[in-house]
Amino acid sequence: MNILVLAEHDGQQLNPACLQAITAAQFWQAPVHVLLVGSALDTIASHLTNVSGVAKVIKAEAAHLENPLAEDIATLLVSISSDYRVILAAHTSFSRNTLPRAAALLDVAMISDALEIQAENCYVRSIYAGNILTHIQSQDAMQVLTVHSSHFIAAASQEGSAEISSIDVPVPFTQTRWLAAKHTQSDRPALSSAKVVVSGGRSLGSAENFEQVLSPLAAKLGAALGATRAAVDAGYAANEIQVGQTGVMVAPELYIAVGISGAVQHTYGMKDSRVVVAINQDPDAPIFQIADYGLVADLFDTIPVITAAIK
Amino acid sequence: MKILVAVKRVVDYNVKIRINADGTDLATDGVKMGMNPFDENAIEAALQLKEQAKASEIIAVSLGSSANQDILRHALAMGVDRAILVETNSKLQPLAVAKLLKAVIEQEQPDLILLGKQAIDDDAGQAGQMLAALLNYPQATFASSLQLENNELQVMREVDGGTETLALSLPAVVTADLRLNNPRFVKLPNLMMARKKKITTIPAANLGVDIKSRLKLLKLAEPAPRKPGMMVSSVDELLRKLLDHEGVTL
Repeated sequence: MNILVLAEHDGQQLNPACLQAITAAQFWQAPVHVLLVGSALDTIASHLTNVSGVAKVIKAEAAHLENPLAEDIATLLVSISSDYRVILAAHTSFSRNTLPRAAALLDVAMISDALEIQAENCYVRSIYAGNILTHIQSQDAMQVLTVHSSHFIAAASQEGSAEISSIDVPVPFTQTRWLAAKHTQSDRPALSSAKVVVSGGRSLGSAENFEQVLSPLAAKLGAALGATRAAVDAGYAANEIQVGQTGVMVAPELYIAVGISGAVQHTYGMKDSRVVVAINQDPDAPIFQIADYGLVADLFDTIPVITAAIK
Repeated sequence: MKILVAVKRVVDYNVKIRINADGTDLATDGVKMGMNPFDENAIEAALQLKEQAKASEIIAVSLGSSANQDILRHALAMGVDRAILVETNSKLQPLAVAKLLKAVIEQEQPDLILLGKQAIDDDAGQAGQMLAALLNYPQATFASSLQLENNELQVMREVDGGTETLALSLPAVVTADLRLNNPRFVKLPNLMMARKKKITTIPAANLGVDIKSRLKLLKLAEPAPRKPGMMVSSVDELLRKLLDHEGVTL
């Protein structure tokens, strides 16, 4: 029986987290198929044939799937599910929306955000914002899961050998209509895959400060900007850059936490970073317990000095 | 229009939860409990629709032991009209939650079902989508705004890197994100009044639903702490340490 990875893309490019999900899918040592859902898939499909570990790329192509609904993807997954013992995807908002719907239709439990796959039906996942790790065993014959992509290395490119096939698309779900999408335009790298992240907390004090203090540093480092929920709630930063339990998970090479106290809800989303630097005025801030390098200092004095020191 | 809101009782988000002495369960005795924060957003959204005269009745439903009465009282004090407790002492996983809610929905026939987007205890984020699947209803997860016009619900959703807007025919299932609204505080007189409102209890066994756990817990563990870091006293020292120890050039 095969393994199915549900891929996410924007019509032009694959979400890089899919490459990590493809690596996770190798665990079962069975042929890995990748399902692409959309309206014009040839470019992405041929790109996927060059990804190591992919045996087959399956296209589900139809005009109404240009902005696919969870309702339609779930029925699509069910329609091909008899060929698969595992359906998985990277833990992104796309699959968090879609896979639980498919799992319920298949009457199987779903494993969200698996950190580790230990056996063919055993997983490690965290609960309570990463405070506790649970080792769980699924009792279902079929496994449906999302994986914590930063815990898996991205599948490499190689000379393509995977075949491409197309499948019939079930009739559209008509009770939901897609109306619009708005993507935040930014010259900065995508937060979830950035090599360097500069994040700010409520100590920045205002949206203007957030921008004026952190942007020059992020620009010099080629970094993505992140924020705590407190900073987002206070209106200093946009919600889509919120890092943490209810926001984006990041695992960059370098994470610079500026004026961030270090609540578990925040650190859940960044503690897999390789090197954490924290700058905070409060020597007792919990962020210093997880930082590799801590500097007790006023951020308004310090960040411009660091920015100026960068070549 | 009738709205049903599902609410979960969870450990307060400020509590640092621990594993009990024999390692078999979490130490929740005497720990502060409350309503899952996202579920409060779901209730607030329902109350606002009622205040706009777009909803006539709001029902809060919780699943679990009799201890769940406290969050149902809280929901009543916020302003919901009535409350249902589906009582069970079994631990419920998301698929079982969806099946029990479906059974209640078949009895109550609400036009809109609101839930939080995830519970902050098990962080699964599945119940709403699973419920929508079992009912074959439209779904909109991670909602940051709701507008009801002519029996169609427009929902803006928070997605990675931006937002998406959907139009759902009713009945539909929507899960609330934190940015949907700011849940109102409960005033003491309302809390007193809520004590007089009735909570209907339905034994879960009466709903004829399979609520067995599908995911068996093998082990609980605390994550390994990050390796201890060091404090530096100046920007110069910070940049030097990053270069010397980590090979990171700023």
